[in-house]
Amino acid sequence: MKAAALLFLLLLSIAAAVTVGAADLSVVDVLRSVGAHLGLPVRALPPLPDSIVWELRLPRVLLAALVGAGLAVCGAVLQALTRNPLADPFLLGISSGASTGAVAVLVLGIRIGTGPVDLATGAFAGSVAAFAAVLALAGRRAAEPTRIVLAGVAVSQLFSAVTSLIVISDAHTQDTRSITFWLLGSLTAASWTAVTLCAAVAGAGLLVCWAAATALDAFAFGTDAARSLGFSPGRTRLLLFGVTALVAATLVAASGAIGFVGLTVPHAVRFVVGARHRSLLPACAVVGAIFLVWADTAARTAFAPQELPVGVLTALLGVPVFALVMRRRA
Amino acid sequence: MTTARLRADQVGWNAGAVTILAEVALTAEPGTTVGVLGPNGSGKSSLLRLLAGLARPHTGEVLLDDVGLSMLRQRALARRIAVVAQQAATEVDLSALEVVLLGRIPHRPRLAGESGADVALARQALADAGLAGFERRRWASLSGGERQRVDLARALVQEPDLLLLDEPTNHLDIKHQLELLHFLASSPTTVVVTLHDLDLAAQHCDHLVLLHGGRLVAAGSPAEVLTPDRIAQVYEVRAQVDTDADGRPRIRYGRSGSARIVPG
Repeated sequence: MKAAALLFLLLLSIAAAVTVGAADLSVVDVLRSVGAHLGLPVRALPPLPDSIVWELRLPRVLLAALVGAGLAVCGAVLQALTRNPLADPFLLGISSGASTGAVAVLVLGIRIGTGPVDLATGAFAGSVAAFAAVLALAGRRAAEPTRIVLAGVAVSQLFSAVTSLIVISDAHTQDTRSITFWLLGSLTAASWTAVTLCAAVAGAGLLVCWAAATALDAFAFGTDAARSLGFSPGRTRLLLFGVTALVAATLVAASGAIGFVGLTVPHAVRFVVGARHRSLLPACAVVGAIFLVWADTAARTAFAPQELPVGVLTALLGVPVFALVMRRRA
Repeated sequence: MTTARLRADQVGWNAGAVTILAEVALTAEPGTTVGVLGPNGSGKSSLLRLLAGLARPHTGEVLLDDVGLSMLRQRALARRIAVVAQQAATEVDLSALEVVLLGRIPHRPRLAGESGADVALARQALADAGLAGFERRRWASLSGGERQRVDLARALVQEPDLLLLDEPTNHLDIKHQLELLHFLASSPTTVVVTLHDLDLAAQHCDHLVLLHGGRLVAAGSPAEVLTPDRIAQVYEVRAQVDTDADGRPRIRYGRSGSARIVPG
């Protein structure tokens, strides 16, 4: 029941968010455009509004939903695995690695073969490099939460330093501005390619996490407890660290490091649905999606035509919501 | 409930360069209750982790019904061995019922959610632990003793052949201590329990092993193990040991220096 209501709220949010913006569109227009593109027997929209819906707003709203869902679930999984309430999807060096990669591409103009590498590819490569460095630094006992968290902190610092170095050494003001915007997180670069890629990777990743829901429950009392309930803590941790890193890297490549969602949505949802992951993870996915859809809608319209980086807004909106939930709980 | 024979064959374990356990042997016959005694740092908890398959001995072997633990898969072990560990102060965001339900995990397919039967079992176990009505209480709001009883209920719904408990009485009031030990002694499950209270161990265990500095000092019936000399040697206290009507030792401690040592 509750699940169905939440899903309906998500679909409604997506449809409604697409109508918001400078061009005046209704939910019916949105449904007509989507229907026509899916080959349903509906009257198509005129070309201009149709391209606003289908090429501009819909990919962006969908990307917001995917990024919100993915970050929230990764955060919940990492908080359980490390038993650390401060864990977020960028715990393992993902975001600082992504910035280094993106900045390297942007400033140094790295090329593969004939064409320039795009920002997203650079960011993804940077994230993967950072995660690999975290694993290498954590060493043989990488599955121990304390070691991997410490390694994550160290590697994040290292990559941030490298990013600053590159920026200071050779950046034009133009670059610096777009870097800053991207570092704070932004969904302006949304495209159907990004949506498809994120849907595939995040979808598969979330399924793996959901399949591991019981194992995550078993970690509540620590490593020994998980083992005595029949799990292999080391293997489970490494698998889920890898999966969440891959999902986070893909999402960050598409949207920059949008903070706050992955840290606080899991806490807020836990207050309401409880800490058991079979219900917590799907609820995090839907609530994270709804939250980011509306945060991004606000980011692109509140100060139109000026656009805010959505990462700034997630914090501005998120903290009061979070405070409210915490107070009601206590 | 079935029951199992547990045998530790000259097990040793070290943490880095420090030897924690050396050549410890222990046998728990099916259905018996074995008490593991020893002062702080004698290796009781480490021994229990080896017996539970939570750590592998560096020397020797632990056998469950004559099969080495290392031959069994973690999940197969979880269906046969349940562990009640010492609770560190943990932030756990679960209700009492949810904690008890963790014990059913090894008994259902990995992707399945809990069944109605699981929930019924868990409720019954909570009630048996004297905690009916505590189902929705948050773990964080429970007292140390209540947590210990919830965790015991969790271990029991795991339906183990072998139950291992690490100082399960340390937060319990005297009534619940006696109830727990009586329950363990009369349970058909094989039980290995570490205890600090020598008298409690003497009254309720079929068999005792005494550790000191990671080595086995004595093993046998309570009367064989708990002699004044040995208590003086291992615990550095003077004790008077009497024998009660059931032939079990009763231990009294003298004010330091003043008590007579009566040969047991």
